[in-house]
Amino acid sequence: MKRMKRRKKNRFLVLSHVVLIFLSICLAAPFLLLIISSFTEESMAVKYGYSFFPKGWSLDAYRYIMGNLPLFGKAYLITILVTVTGVIAGLLIASLMAYTLSRKGLPGGRLLMYYVIFTMLFNGGLVATYINYVQVFHIKNTYLALLAPNLLCNAFSIVMLKNYFQFSIPGDLGEAAQIDGASELGIFFKVVLPLSKPILATVALIVGLAYWNDWQNGLYYLDDTAMHGIQNVLNDMNSNAKYLMQFAGGRGASIPTTTVRMAIAVVGILPVLVVYPFFQEYFAKGITAGAVKG
Amino acid sequence: MKRKKRLRKWLPFYLMALPCVVYLFINNYMPMAGLQIAFRDYKASDGIWNSRFIGLKNFEYLFTSKEAWIMTRNTIGYNLFWIVLNVVLGIAVALFLNEVRKKSSKKFYQTVILLPYLISMVVVSYLAYAFLSEQTGLINGVLRAFGKEGIAWYQKAGYWPVILTIVYEWKNIGFNTIIFLASLVGIGKEYYEAADLDGASKWKQITRITIPMLLPTIIMVVTLGMGNIFRSDFGLFYQVPKNQGLLNEATSTIDTFVFRALMQTGDIGMSSAAAFYQSVICFITILVFNGIMRRASRENAMF
Repeated sequence: MKRMKRRKKNRFLVLSHVVLIFLSICLAAPFLLLIISSFTEESMAVKYGYSFFPKGWSLDAYRYIMGNLPLFGKAYLITILVTVTGVIAGLLIASLMAYTLSRKGLPGGRLLMYYVIFTMLFNGGLVATYINYVQVFHIKNTYLALLAPNLLCNAFSIVMLKNYFQFSIPGDLGEAAQIDGASELGIFFKVVLPLSKPILATVALIVGLAYWNDWQNGLYYLDDTAMHGIQNVLNDMNSNAKYLMQFAGGRGASIPTTTVRMAIAVVGILPVLVVYPFFQEYFAKGITAGAVKG
Repeated sequence: MKRKKRLRKWLPFYLMALPCVVYLFINNYMPMAGLQIAFRDYKASDGIWNSRFIGLKNFEYLFTSKEAWIMTRNTIGYNLFWIVLNVVLGIAVALFLNEVRKKSSKKFYQTVILLPYLISMVVVSYLAYAFLSEQTGLINGVLRAFGKEGIAWYQKAGYWPVILTIVYEWKNIGFNTIIFLASLVGIGKEYYEAADLDGASKWKQITRITIPMLLPTIIMVVTLGMGNIFRSDFGLFYQVPKNQGLLNEATSTIDTFVFRALMQTGDIGMSSAAAFYQSVICFITILVFNGIMRRASRENAMF
C-alpha cells in the first residue's frame, strides 16, 4: 500500500519534470534560434530562411559589426553609460526619499507617502508627459531624454526601500550614531546604506534592467539616430529597412543584413544573459515584491 | 523655541526627500495637470495653458471614429483573456515547479522560465521575426519544406490574436509562476500529510487544498489585472507586429493609438483625448478594484 503511494508520488514528480523540460525548451527555443541565426551563412539564411540546423555557418555578421565598431560601439557605450548613471542617480533619489518616509513621527509623513503613492494610481499618459518634457524642459535631442522620463525613480522602488529601512534595520543603530555626533546624512550613508545591500541590489537590478531595455524614450525624444543606444538601433533597423545601408560605405549589396540583424540583437541581450543567472534570486525577489506589494 | 528645535530635527529629512519630490513633480504631477490639453486646440506656440479651449470637440472626433471602438475592444479583450490565462498557466507551472525537490533543478527551471521576462520588446520582435518573416522565417521555411505555400504573417490580421497571446504568455509565464510559487511555498505541509493519510488523490489535493489556499493570490492577480484593463503593453502591440497598419484590426490598442496619433500623424487633439480617456478610466478601475481587493483581503490591497 505504502509502496503504491510512493510510486504514485513518483509518477507526478516525473510528469512535473517532463512538463518543465518541455516548457523550458519552448521558452528557450527563440533565443537559440536567434543565436544560431546570427552565426548562419548569409546566403543560406536568405535561401532557406532562419533555421535551427543551418546549412552553413559563418562569422560574417559579427565581422560586419566589428567593422562598424564606431557606430555599434557608440550605441553600446551610450546604453551602458545611461544605465549606470540612471541606476546610481535613481537609487540615490529613491533611497533618500524612502529613508525620510521610514522615520517615525515625521511631521507631514503621511502626506508625503500619499504624494508618492498617488503616482501609482493616476498618470498623465504619453501625450502630456511628452509635451511637458519637450515644451517645458526642452529635453528633445539631448541625452537627458534617455535618463529622465519615467525610468529614474518610481513609487514601487521607493516603497520597497522604505519597508526595508523600516522593518529590517534596527532603529537604535541610527540613534547610537547620532549620539556620537553623526549628521542625518552621515548616518544614512555610513550606517543605513551599508546595512541595506540586499534591497539596494534588488532595486538596482530592476532599475538597471529597465534602463538597459528601454527604447521608448529614445523613440519619443531622440530624432538624431547617432544618439541612439543599442535598443534604439535595433528599433531603427525595424522601422527602416535601409538603416544598415547607410553604414556600408558604398558596398550596400554585400551587407549580410539578414544575419546582422540577429547578431545585433544577440549583442543587445548578451549582458542580460550573462548577468542574470548569477542574480536570479534578486531578480525574482524584486519582480514579485514590486508586483505583490506596491 | 520648541518649534525651532523640531525644525532642526526634521529639516535634514525634508532636504533628503527633496530631490525625489521634485522629480515626481516634474515626471508625474506636471503631466497630470497637462491632461487638460485634451480640451484645447493645442498649438505648440500657445503652450499648454494658452491654447484655445474647445470643450469636448476632441472627444467628439475620437469617439465618432471607427478606431475608438477597435482600440477599446482590443485593449479590454486581450486583457480579459490574458488575466484568465495568467492565473491558469501560472498556477499550473507553479504546481509542477513546487513538486521538484532538488534545489539545482528547481533553480534551473526557474531561471529559464523567467528569462523571457527580462528581454526588451524590441528584441522580442526580432525573435518573433525569426519565426514569422515571410521570406526567411522558420515557420514558412518548414511549410515550404513540406511543399506548402508560405504565409504572409505580417499582412493577415486574423493570425495576430493567437500570435500576440503566444508572445505575451511566452514573456510573462515566468512572472506569474513566481508569484504563485511564492504563495504555494507558504502552504503548510500538514494539510497534504493529512490528505495523504486519508488517501486523497493528487488531483483532489490540488482542487481541495491548493486552489482554496491560493485564493487570496488569485484574487490579487485578477484584481491587479482588472485595475489595469484599459492599459496595454505598448511594446508588445507596437514592436512585435512591426507597426504594420494592415494588422490594426487585431493589434491596435489605446496605447498604440495614442502613440501613432501623437508621433506619426501629429494629431495632438485625437491623441490627447485618447490619453485623457485612458488615464481617467484607469484611475477609476484601479480605485474600484483596489476597493474590491481590500474587501477580499486587507493585507493585499495596494493602499
